[in-house]
Amino acid sequence: MMAQAFAERLRTALPAVALTPRTESGLMPAMVITVAADDWAALGAAAHGLGARWSACWVDPEPDHWRAWVLYEQGGAYVLAQTVLDPRAPRLPSLTPVFAAADRPERAIHDLLGVVFEGHPDTRRWLRHQAWRAETHPLQPEQPLAGAPPARTPADVGYPFRRMAGDAVHEVAVGPIHAGTIEPGHFRFATVGEQALTLETRLGYTHRGVEKLAVGRDAAGLLRLAARVSGDSTVAHAWAACMAIERAAGCAVPPRALALRGLLAERERVANHLGDVGAIAGDVGFSFAQMQFGALRERWQRRSAERFGHRLLMDTLCAGGVRTDIDLEGTRALLQDHARLRAELAPLTAILLDHPSLEDRLVGTGVLSAADAQVLGCLGYLGRASGLTFDLRRDAPYPPYDRLPVRVPRYDSGDVAARMRVRLDEIGVALELMDTLLAALPPGPVSTHWEAPPAGARGLGLVEGWRGETLAFVRFGADGRVARYAPRDPGVFAWPALERLLPGNIIPDFPVCNKSVNGAYAGCDL
Amino acid sequence: MDHFLSPFAHVLSALLQPLLLLAAAPLLVAWIRRVKARLQNRRGAPLLQPYRDLRKLFAKEAVVARTASPLFRAAPYLVFAATLVAAGALPLLSLRLPSAAVADAIAVIGLLGLARFLLVLAGLDAGTPFGGMGSSREMLVSTFAEPALLLVVFTLAMTAHSTNLASMAQMTLNAGLVLRPSYLFALAALLLVAIAECGRIPVDNPATHLELTMIHEGMLLEYSGRHLALMEWAAQLKLALFATLIVDLFLPWGIAAGFAPGALARAALALTLKLGALGALLALAETVLAKMRLFRVPGFLNLALLLALLGLLSHVILEAAT
Repeated sequence: MMAQAFAERLRTALPAVALTPRTESGLMPAMVITVAADDWAALGAAAHGLGARWSACWVDPEPDHWRAWVLYEQGGAYVLAQTVLDPRAPRLPSLTPVFAAADRPERAIHDLLGVVFEGHPDTRRWLRHQAWRAETHPLQPEQPLAGAPPARTPADVGYPFRRMAGDAVHEVAVGPIHAGTIEPGHFRFATVGEQALTLETRLGYTHRGVEKLAVGRDAAGLLRLAARVSGDSTVAHAWAACMAIERAAGCAVPPRALALRGLLAERERVANHLGDVGAIAGDVGFSFAQMQFGALRERWQRRSAERFGHRLLMDTLCAGGVRTDIDLEGTRALLQDHARLRAELAPLTAILLDHPSLEDRLVGTGVLSAADAQVLGCLGYLGRASGLTFDLRRDAPYPPYDRLPVRVPRYDSGDVAARMRVRLDEIGVALELMDTLLAALPPGPVSTHWEAPPAGARGLGLVEGWRGETLAFVRFGADGRVARYAPRDPGVFAWPALERLLPGNIIPDFPVCNKSVNGAYAGCDL
Repeated sequence: MDHFLSPFAHVLSALLQPLLLLAAAPLLVAWIRRVKARLQNRRGAPLLQPYRDLRKLFAKEAVVARTASPLFRAAPYLVFAATLVAAGALPLLSLRLPSAAVADAIAVIGLLGLARFLLVLAGLDAGTPFGGMGSSREMLVSTFAEPALLLVVFTLAMTAHSTNLASMAQMTLNAGLVLRPSYLFALAALLLVAIAECGRIPVDNPATHLELTMIHEGMLLEYSGRHLALMEWAAQLKLALFATLIVDLFLPWGIAAGFAPGALARAALALTLKLGALGALLALAETVLAKMRLFRVPGFLNLALLLALLGLLSHVILEAAT
């Protein structure tokens, strides 16, 4: 088993620490390693030395003590390290000096739970805007669900942005409210003329307290919430949460349900990629393509509403299966859709890839080097455009992908054009996968009965969403109620990448760079 | 017969022509949008939509930033007035233009320059970064566009021996359909300049919502209500003005010589067709092109300058003897 080998390599790399890798059924396919908090950083350094990727970190305030988890991945093998924290003074060595990707997630954990990350280079608040008092950490168990909102929310000013000094340096503030119908986020540029020197993003404006809201819900309630972590990744998050619940409960999902989940996830991927490709063209003023792709996406989503009950496919999954089935006539309609989309995409793709005026704007714009993508742990189309092809569906396949050949596109130029091409290629791959799934849809029920696991049962869900590896961790409490839900959207890694790739570009190219990276707002803010 | 027109009629015609262009300007924009929509497989908004938008804006309250100076309030009126006066120097339906005696092509360029200067100041006035970016980019564009435009006018003036637009149109009419290389170069140059001056794709995108990419719209971001309506209307008028300028200089056929009703009706029909065709051409160009990178704009306008210069040279070398 790959995970075992990875854990073994970690053990060899850390002879001073007695590591005993073990498996836990709910946390499969990852191997679990328990370390002391003092060895946290040493383990991180060892993982880094082995070329592993920092995937996620979360802290679980269990009743008697807190537990911190960090997930490492290497070549599709996962190792989940845990350590126990003192709830009265939770402290943990920061992994940010080793893994740049851990920077903001650790700041978020500090804000929400008050865990102090020793050696973290950045102690500014991240998710906790001024409305919270300095000593309040809203996710701590004793904090009320509704929080203690001040009578009047203080103005969101005075965030200590990193400053650039210099005569000609000009600071440009954009957002959090934007002109288009997009989510809120603040961008702070330092520019010289039209040239961008630095970009700093500030998010947290869509923080809804998802993790707090999950506490005490039953599985169905949790899935409603998971479907709303990020509207564009509703299937991915719901599937990850389902997987976590089902692994914790030891529930075997019927094959038909798994195939339908795959179908829904691919539909979500196609819808988002269609929208993004059009939007990238639109951001450089090529509205012809924007309109055509917008129309394709709209038709696609209407079909989703017609066949599965929701334009974005929200609430189509349930623990133990899916809530929707498809009949023969529906299968035929979808297959026709796929053929039609393919036929309509062919000429549009030809235009997009061979249009000098578009090429002028997209090629060489917003280059994310392979090294930066690696350091920042970029996933999905973002990574694939910079030479990193990690794809759960291929490298750590879960049903139904374990039976499907998944082709992963790869480009090395790392520019906006590459990110657009990855999307176009992925639409083609998704259509093939859906055709295969529909052609051999297993018979049988679409959901199964399952029993809530005993208190303390844990589950880990890992799904390749349209932005990349989407994670959910669930721990059950008494009576089948959720005690901890920790989702991690792959869009978390997109924002630092955007900050890294922008300098050197001109300010008018920011929108198209941003669109091609398309980080998650709600998925990051939780 | 025209000689018997009263001075009153003269004044009326001097006022009516620019007002007619002003009234028709939103229609031209609507037409361009409509053709664009069709080319993008969309139905598009009705042709009256820009009028409705203007009515809506005029009915709305004008919100002014606390940091804005009186210039910010005055600019919409001044920009609008300057553009309208510039439109008054163009023969629209009839060559008998009472204002022609005082207004020529140089004055048109000067008035448009004044409008732009005020617009740029207004963009800077509120102190927001987008306005400042828009203004700085507008100056970048104008630095290259205005010399090219002047050069186009000079090229044609050398043939017509006048910078009076009515005389230049009359000259083209008199000469008949002669293929002059200098005119072809000048036409190509003027088309490029007009695209840049009017903030159309590939230089600027009038339909964008992305503040960071804006030029003209960036300067208008702080405007609302009647102020915005005047600014928008002035921009629409400027587009109609450039289209009319191209028609007057290069395709004047159909324009009336006096004020005979029949000739005026024919002139109106001819103008509508010509502006419609130019609008459709612009819509086509905007459909097949993406917006170019900002720093390519000087190159684009230098091409216009080069073309105008070639026009001037070819006039001197090929046509001056005749």
